[in-house]
Amino acid sequence: MDKKKKFTKIQELTYELKIKDVMTKKVVIVSPRKPIYELRKILYKKGISGTPVVTKGELVGLISIEDFIKCLAQGEMNALIEEKMAKKVETLYADEPVVHAVRKFDQYGFGRFPVIKRNNKKLVGIITKGDIIKGLLKKLEIDYHEEEIHRYRASHIFEDIIADNTTLTFQYNVVGKDFNKAGESASGLKRTLYRLGIQPNIVRRASIATYEAEMNIVVFTNGGKLTASVQPHQIKIDASDSGPGIPDIEQAMQPGFSTAPKWVRELGFGAGMGLLNIKNCVDKMTLDSKVGKGTHLEAVLYLN
Amino acid sequence: MTIEEIKEILEAEVITGSDNLKMEVKIGCAADLMSDVLAFAKPGAILLTGLTNPQVVRTVEIADVKAICFVRGKKPDENTIKLAKDKNLILLMTHLPMFESCGRLYKKGLVGLGYLDINKRNG
Repeated sequence: MDKKKKFTKIQELTYELKIKDVMTKKVVIVSPRKPIYELRKILYKKGISGTPVVTKGELVGLISIEDFIKCLAQGEMNALIEEKMAKKVETLYADEPVVHAVRKFDQYGFGRFPVIKRNNKKLVGIITKGDIIKGLLKKLEIDYHEEEIHRYRASHIFEDIIADNTTLTFQYNVVGKDFNKAGESASGLKRTLYRLGIQPNIVRRASIATYEAEMNIVVFTNGGKLTASVQPHQIKIDASDSGPGIPDIEQAMQPGFSTAPKWVRELGFGAGMGLLNIKNCVDKMTLDSKVGKGTHLEAVLYLN
Repeated sequence: MTIEEIKEILEAEVITGSDNLKMEVKIGCAADLMSDVLAFAKPGAILLTGLTNPQVVRTVEIADVKAICFVRGKKPDENTIKLAKDKNLILLMTHLPMFESCGRLYKKGLVGLGYLDINKRNG
């Protein structure tokens, strides 16, 4: 990870992150109808140097320690906050990207900006430079580290293994007739293959083939197994079940031929494209089936 | 075309993914048959569909499609929305019917998949 790349990533994040993602949401506020002397304990207790002035949730001004000191010097401690506050306040919208806040801090040199909702001026938070740094670090940690570490670890696995032949096997149990979980195996395999550093278009083809095979197991059988065997030169996908079997494989391969029940069609599947689609996604496909015994599909994709 | 532009053109509502409206999609794809999506959709496309079950989300995830716009005012259930959030997908919903949605986007320059061959190799 070189310096230049890291810098660009942070810049990118300042566009991606919204002010509402990094701001402090718990804001100390005062009412405009309070006398100035009450500010003393609020600012002192909370250790802050200024606070938004709010009526019915709406931002009406900003009062700072400087305003307080001025009143103290002029003996106006009983004046109301609304008389002494700054009424023209620079604010930021909650849905603006963080980069706008960065620019505003540069432009005004203030320590903080109140954050309001775009449509109704309601105060929803306050933002400091510290909030921005914290927010960026947090996002960097989550986004970058997690996935990068997974990927780094996994994509070097073949280099670290000393053997004449290496095969990584991933096995998934597919539950029959359960449409809610249908697709989870293919989704899991997709992420795994991606982390292994396999080319995205090969990952995509392997996932589509696996997903179609998974759907067939879900729709037609009471369950089965999906196994992906990854070797440095190829991925082999095995889908096996002990379901009703396919009486005529040639017919089943025809586009549009389907024996799927109505409820499956209503969900957008069973259009008679599955097997053909698998064949079109992989480099080699073999299909074995015995009526009453089950079906075994093997699909191979060559790497590089 | 960005998701934001699509949202304007279709007068659509963003269901999830509002942080990501600047994302570009290059191709439009419309289908109610998920097998067709798997067979023909291109990576980075937006899918217009009338189906709202969680399998739509799973299908587009597998097919590398980045956004879905539900047509005819159909809103997906919580399960579907949650799954889309987990997978970082964008969901929109328009009250326009499928034909009009496609027509508006095509007119504004979003291209389709072109000539399709059912027996051609995918990817």
